[in-house]
Amino acid sequence: MGRTKAEIHPSMASQHTATAQAAQPLTLDGVTHSYGTGFAVDNVTLEVKGGELVALLGPSGCGKTTLLRIVAGFISQTNGKVIIGDRPIDVLPPNRREIGIVFQNYALFPHMTVAENIAYGLAARGESRAVQAERVAEMLATVRMEGFADRKPRQLSGGQQQRVALARALAIRPRILLLDEPFAALDKNLRLDMQIEIKRLQRQFALTAIMVTHDQDEAMSIADRIAVMSHGKIEQLGSPVEIYDEPATLFVNNFIGSSNLLKGRVEAVGSDGYRVALESGAVWTLAAKGRFEAGAPVLVSVRPEQMVLADEAAPDRLPVALKLSLPIGGALIHDATAAGGEDIKIAVPRRPGALSTGPGAAFAALAPHARPSLFPAASS
Amino acid sequence: MSAAAAATGASPVRDAVEWRLAAPLGLTYVVFFAAPFLILLGISFYADAEQTRLGFDSWLKFYTDAFYLKVIFDTLKLGVFAVVATTILAYPLALVFRASSPRMQRVLIFIILMPLLTSVVIRTFAWIVILAREGVINQTLMGLGLTATPLNLLQTELGLVLALTQIEMPLMLLPLLAIMNQLDQNLIDASRALGASKWRTFFRVILPLTLPGWIAGATLVFASATTAFISQSVIGGARLVYLPALIWQQSMVVYNWPFAAVASLTLLFTVLSGIMALSWLGRFARTT
Ligand SMILES: Nc1ncnc2c1ncn2[C@@H]1O[C@H](COP(=O)(O)OP(=O)(O)OP(=O)(O)O)[C@@H](O)[C@H]1O
Ligand SMILES: [Mg+2]
Repeated sequence: MGRTKAEIHPSMASQHTATAQAAQPLTLDGVTHSYGTGFAVDNVTLEVKGGELVALLGPSGCGKTTLLRIVAGFISQTNGKVIIGDRPIDVLPPNRREIGIVFQNYALFPHMTVAENIAYGLAARGESRAVQAERVAEMLATVRMEGFADRKPRQLSGGQQQRVALARALAIRPRILLLDEPFAALDKNLRLDMQIEIKRLQRQFALTAIMVTHDQDEAMSIADRIAVMSHGKIEQLGSPVEIYDEPATLFVNNFIGSSNLLKGRVEAVGSDGYRVALESGAVWTLAAKGRFEAGAPVLVSVRPEQMVLADEAAPDRLPVALKLSLPIGGALIHDATAAGGEDIKIAVPRRPGALSTGPGAAFAALAPHARPSLFPAASS
Repeated sequence: MSAAAAATGASPVRDAVEWRLAAPLGLTYVVFFAAPFLILLGISFYADAEQTRLGFDSWLKFYTDAFYLKVIFDTLKLGVFAVVATTILAYPLALVFRASSPRMQRVLIFIILMPLLTSVVIRTFAWIVILAREGVINQTLMGLGLTATPLNLLQTELGLVLALTQIEMPLMLLPLLAIMNQLDQNLIDASRALGASKWRTFFRVILPLTLPGWIAGATLVFASATTAFISQSVIGGARLVYLPALIWQQSMVVYNWPFAAVASLTLLFTVLSGIMALSWLGRFARTT
């Protein structure tokens, strides 16, 4: 027991300087899983660097939980490898993987006190009572829950249960931290607090972490990188900024933020980008990624805040009929219809005093900093 | 607001109605349970079979005779054995049940409930066929060459426990399966991820959290095994005497009603003591 501990955890001796521990990368290599019919996880390859927090983001049923459960060892994948550091862990049962996991419903043991919950993993490792007590106190301090040691989970609020669940997972000094929708059951204000808390702990313990979520704002705010999943596959892996500004596929584009999709056709390919004639009447020159030939039908995706309104016509402005405008915070969202019948949303900064403008005709243009994305249109 | 006020105003009336709803059953209990119980208690204080003289003679005779003390002990032991045997078989099955698909669970429930569809008498006689000297078990064992002479299973405690285990199994399984199915998988997974082995997870998480279901099942099994008159007398025969058979013999054969009353009350206390021991255990199972 002691030998394996030392082997897996060189830093065990220096418990109080957990930050000094070198975080280990987690690699998924071609991981595939099928529950019988179809693939819940389909050939996922992903490298989470040591100390990095990657968010798995995707719609319901895309395989996020399945992927997490494979890493934790609760289900064994049909195919592929899971590697921590440079060691494949597929042959290890869940109790030998040294992975901390926080469940959506926290899964605190209801028949144990907070202290017993936190000590559970240490007791399972055969740590002495003294070590257990010391670590429990330390973890309670870390999650700021001193004074709650003798409570039962049912006597705690959602946020407090969340903290205990984190303390319990971190008490075993895991190599990897897995979080399955950790904030789903919390209300909005508490969510932000807990996001900051988790980020702080993840930094402090230098943990390599994967967090599952289907809330894009959550992923944007705390993840170092985001993996957008769909139908068991990773559609795109990148920093929050990359995902938002340069979505690789139409799916990612539509899943993250809101955007206007305008149909068009590539007129010419020049050194400064593609010249695209929109069906709604404007011609834009776009320096977008991707490879398109002249004549190819495309979809241009523009975020609402990347468009502006003007009064006069111009070749790069498309005529729109304003229907409704809603003040949302500091922005004014115009709901408009383009000449081709497409619905467009345009967000402009709201001038003080001005609330909304009535319906009428106007011209929509790209904002100076705008970087629309181009996607091949489904051939129709 | 007004609805709440109205509700509080109406509550005394409602309480009265609820109380009266319980009256028929309450009355039935008084007439058919409390009154006979008091009569039984009264009869037990007659000193002789003819019920001519009051005294503690029947109680003294019962509780000073080693034979009758052994009958109490054997009855208790039978109940404990039945509980232990059903527990050992039921927990693994409950874990399998938990892991099964919904369709498989329906099949299992059907198989588990099937014995309840036949009468205890029929099941008991079926066990005679199985346990007899020329029965299924002995023929199999002898066919396999494991024993040269047939084993004596009928009229033995082992045979009786075997039969009772099968007969009482549904009583243990139904409450256990119900609670096992409700157990949150995440708790088991959490335990495993925290480093606990499968056994440790069973004893630290699954067992404590399913204890209320087990206590319900164990109570039912204990109560029905200790009072299983038919199985006890058909399989146990004349060689094994338990309290129910003793009561029958004293009241219907010997006609010593005071003594039968003492035996009856003793059986009642025996069952009650088992149930109380189990509910005392249940205090450690306060899970939520
Ligand atoms: N135990 C199971 N047996 C069969 N199919 C399953 C099982 N668990 C999940 N699935 C299927 O696998 C797919 C992926 O499920 P998974 O739970 O991983 O999705 P998810 O991304 O976590 O969704 P959500 O956001 O709703 O939690 C789904 O189509 C689901 O129906
Ligand atoms: Mg999920």
